[in-house]
Amino acid sequence: MKRQIPIFLVFVFGVFMVFQYFSPHEASEWIYKFLMDWIYIIGIFAMALGIWSLIHVSYDKIKHKRHDWGYSVVTLAALFTMMFFGITGFNENGEWGFYFMTQEGLTNPMFRNFFNHILVPIETTMFSLLAFFIASAAYRAFRARNVLATMLLVSALIVMLRFNPYFGDTFGFYMNKTAAWLLNVPNMAAKRAILIGIGLGMVGTALKVILGIERGYMGKG
Amino acid sequence: MEFGTFLWTTLGAMLTLAIFSFLYKDNPFYKFAEHLVVGVSAGYWAVILWHNGLVPNLFERLQDGDWYLLWLNSSRPWYLIPALLGVLMWTRFSKKYAWISRWPIAMYIGIATGVAIPLEMANRVNKQLYATMSNIHWSNFFGSGFLDTAAGYSEVIVFIGTIAGLIYFFFSKAHTGTFGVIAKVGIYILMIGFGASFGLTVMARISLFIQRIQFMHEDWALVAFDKTNPNYSGWFPAFFWLVALIVIGYIIKEFIIYLKNKDKPKPEKA
Repeated sequence: MKRQIPIFLVFVFGVFMVFQYFSPHEASEWIYKFLMDWIYIIGIFAMALGIWSLIHVSYDKIKHKRHDWGYSVVTLAALFTMMFFGITGFNENGEWGFYFMTQEGLTNPMFRNFFNHILVPIETTMFSLLAFFIASAAYRAFRARNVLATMLLVSALIVMLRFNPYFGDTFGFYMNKTAAWLLNVPNMAAKRAILIGIGLGMVGTALKVILGIERGYMGKG
Repeated sequence: MEFGTFLWTTLGAMLTLAIFSFLYKDNPFYKFAEHLVVGVSAGYWAVILWHNGLVPNLFERLQDGDWYLLWLNSSRPWYLIPALLGVLMWTRFSKKYAWISRWPIAMYIGIATGVAIPLEMANRVNKQLYATMSNIHWSNFFGSGFLDTAAGYSEVIVFIGTIAGLIYFFFSKAHTGTFGVIAKVGIYILMIGFGASFGLTVMARISLFIQRIQFMHEDWALVAFDKTNPNYSGWFPAFFWLVALIVIGYIIKEFIIYLKNKDKPKPEKA
């Protein structure tokens, strides 16, 4: 019962959605749209689980004064502050209040400042930090030990150095053309092979899930 | 720039420096910024999904018509079903009833996988195969100029490279004989492709790094000393020097720790 019903539901909904794709009937498209709304709404409720989990883990760390518990205070304070600013604001008459059903919170200057001056700088800097780690990894991995490694190294170098202003017009032109060719020809062939492989793999995995062979989504118990 | 905006920019600059400090080692500034972004990001997405997800897709649909049940005033009351299923997800909080949460998960997985099968075949497999096979321009085989991407030979390389790459990933047959030769061509193409992708990724990250440096220089440091700013006051450079003092103070502290531990024997690695 605990495991059979979910397997049955996956099978019924999965098979229906596969056949629905080939049916242009109005009713079929209506059900498709309705079910897509379903999973969107269920997904948002699932997000609440994630946020609850974050609150629970942070609160637990603070309660038991575990290592670096002070940072969990920062996390919780940031979370609740952001949520508070996201649901409060001034309406068109200039009245401050809580607005759950309308979007005054999204135009709240504090909500925007938190986004523009905290979230964006940190996330952008974290991604830019990867430039250093990726360069350090490349230094260790990119040794011209054999033909394959040399090909990897040369094509990466050409793409990285193509906009180098010190190359001059003539050499720079050929570098740029070569990099564009590498990206649009061999790279495209490699990407296509990988994409087709991913597509076939996704279909195979989806079939395994629908037919009840793959049941990892149910967890234990 | 107004002073309030400059204060927010100073906070952005401090957080940028805090994240970059991880290049030296894990430290309190980095940990602070890391935990801050987790909280702000979770709060941001909670608000966005509430306002742009639940409100228009659920609550407004349950209040838009003439069907009455308790507080409901909806022309589409069947949207209560996904709401109920969503609430069932929360049975995860109970050890006794956690198994009920499998029902909405099963529906989600069933719908998502059912949609994925024809879409994956159509968009990833068929379209890519079609594009690979149908566009070889034999009349323009040699193209024009140096390494022409539109030339026929480039299209032949894409065709052969795709097939050879696929064969390389086929492990059900030993890579020997003709099959092995084609697989070898496949791995060469894949390596060139990986190199080009790697180069592109590095350049994207470098661009982000340049943008952060430009932000620190143009949007913060220069503004702090810009006397042509009509809102300029002594507080602008004061906050710049405050951040600079924090950075210098941390460097001095780390240097003192280094000097103290310099002569101590390092613990052996396990």
